[in-house]
Amino acid sequence: MSRTAPVEATGWLSRLRTDGRARFDALGIPKPTDENWRQTNVQAVAPFAATSAGPASASAAALDALPLASALPCRVVLVNGRFDETLSSLSGLPRGVRVRSLATALLESPEPLEPHLGHAASVENAPFVALNTALFADGVVVTVDAGVDAAVPLHIVHVALPGAAPAAIHARTLVIAKDGSQVTVVESFVALSAGTYLTNAVTEILAQPDARVTHIKIQSEGPEGWHVATVAGHQARGARILSYNVSLGAALARNDIGSRLDGPGAECRLYGFYLVDGEQHVDNHTWLDHASPNCPSWEMYKGLLAGRSRAVFNGRIVVREGAQKTDAKQSNKNLILGDEAIVYTRPQLVIHANDVKCTHGATIGRLDEESLFYLRTRGIGKDEARNVLIRAFADDVIDKIPVGAVREILVDTLHLRLERDFRGIEA
Amino acid sequence: MLKIEDLHAAVNGKEILKGIDLTVNAGEVHAIMGPNGSGKSTLAQVLAGRETYTITQGRILLEGKDLSGMQPEDRAREGVFLAFQYPVEIPGVGNVYFLKAALNAIRKHRGQDDLDAIDFLAYVREKMKIVEMDESFLNRSVNEGFSGGEKKRNEIFQMMVLDPKLAILDETDSGLDIDALKIVARGVNAMRSQQRAIVVVTHYQRLLDYIVPDHVHVLADGRIVRSGDRSLALELEKKGYAWIEEEVAR
Repeated sequence: MSRTAPVEATGWLSRLRTDGRARFDALGIPKPTDENWRQTNVQAVAPFAATSAGPASASAAALDALPLASALPCRVVLVNGRFDETLSSLSGLPRGVRVRSLATALLESPEPLEPHLGHAASVENAPFVALNTALFADGVVVTVDAGVDAAVPLHIVHVALPGAAPAAIHARTLVIAKDGSQVTVVESFVALSAGTYLTNAVTEILAQPDARVTHIKIQSEGPEGWHVATVAGHQARGARILSYNVSLGAALARNDIGSRLDGPGAECRLYGFYLVDGEQHVDNHTWLDHASPNCPSWEMYKGLLAGRSRAVFNGRIVVREGAQKTDAKQSNKNLILGDEAIVYTRPQLVIHANDVKCTHGATIGRLDEESLFYLRTRGIGKDEARNVLIRAFADDVIDKIPVGAVREILVDTLHLRLERDFRGIEA
Repeated sequence: MLKIEDLHAAVNGKEILKGIDLTVNAGEVHAIMGPNGSGKSTLAQVLAGRETYTITQGRILLEGKDLSGMQPEDRAREGVFLAFQYPVEIPGVGNVYFLKAALNAIRKHRGQDDLDAIDFLAYVREKMKIVEMDESFLNRSVNEGFSGGEKKRNEIFQMMVLDPKLAILDETDSGLDIDALKIVARGVNAMRSQQRAIVVVTHYQRLLDYIVPDHVHVLADGRIVRSGDRSLALELEKKGYAWIEEEVAR
């Protein structure tokens, strides 16, 4: 508690949090009647969304038993949304890269954060961002000084340790990449115990002129977990953000991921891959706000569904007045195994400029029978043939993930899931 | 080598093959000719194990072993190879991976060890030369972006790599110019052996100038209506298929 009081006392932060609370109170947990939440029902989290999970401690051994959690040497661990110094290891970061607990930073030197915190992720029409803003207990601030190449990827591991009563984890990540800097941030979400909980994470990425930020998000929550996450970028002139969003776990996952291209020549690429089966539900709402001319954006989301799972993809592209020579490409491809999975996919283009290129496409299909037969006539067994085709489908995204250790874990995970959960499902 | 007995096959309840009897001995090349819709491509697919067709009667024996209830991959491992009329493009699946998986699956069935990477490449390169395929093919996805001729050559190349007991070539000549046809024929002729039976399914006689068959059969309405030697193919070339269909109707 000693931390909370002075943090709350600071004027701007107090206002930010009060505004967040007020917005959340006004908006409430979204209902299926809300346009942005039509296919994704999160009413079940209403009773505990505003109840913050208490502090907890995770054992290093339990954490390191998860391949994902121990994938990279340079890591920050948040347990139930709180920075855990003993599990974190920040050696190897070059000068000019600072990684701190958000609570500590706000306590010790809040002023430099004022222009950034809450800048990219608006609470306006976003109840979960509003709630996070009101309630986050801690998080991570990554600052990369101008011209610095962080070189080694930084891994932020979000560990959930749900208790007996359902509660919510409101973690906040802030990445500030100054002029011409480069950094790769991996955020992964894992659970170390069973139970119902809500992760409500918000990540803001501020890419200043010519900065290059790669953000890789791997969601591998527990089977009873609810996961709502916002990744919001803000890009100045010439800045580039590459976003990779992989969704594997949770009972329900909702991502709102996007960026505002706010200076000429800014570039954003959004890659996504989701793998759902059983009763899992995944919803990706992406957005690209082209607010400046000459900005390319490129988006590819692919998903594999089995069982009675559901996937929602909503890709919003806004081209503002004056954002001429925008070049935006979007695609969403879904591969369905079995008979009962459902995909809702929708491009949403809002264009207010006349000299732009915007393309979009969506497919929902099954494994190609011709391809399967062809492989089998060469002696390749049925399961192997099916897995080969599925892996080829996934590789479009997985192969592009620029951190080898993470990519390898994802390939292994995919193989495991194909063997364990997808085996014997008819194409 | 191959013995087909009274083979009937149907798709969606409609009978396409209406009782085929055919024996192809090891070392022989048989051509199966016939007009469009006669069932010759169906026969090729049924031999390879296509699941869209149901065998309603009869048997397919390869060296005395009944294939008719087997999965396509098991037939391939027993030594059946189908060169497709329309080879399938499979983006994202590399040729090297594909060939190695196929070859090793078949070798395993034969009780042989996997080839290691070096032996595999040496083996594959040797076969590529015969059909004049560039090594860059190996780095591409299966058939992706291949021209029609490249796809057909790739089929023959795969056949050479997998070394089947029974090779079935389904309209391998379609869409080939004369140079490509010669290359393909050279590959097939290199595969002629006393240990192998080859069945060439074709609409036109042209291919048979380059792959000279020992026997020629004419298929019409799901049955073999004529069998003979090479002169039968030449007669068909001259007179077309109409006279045969008329004779059968009579």
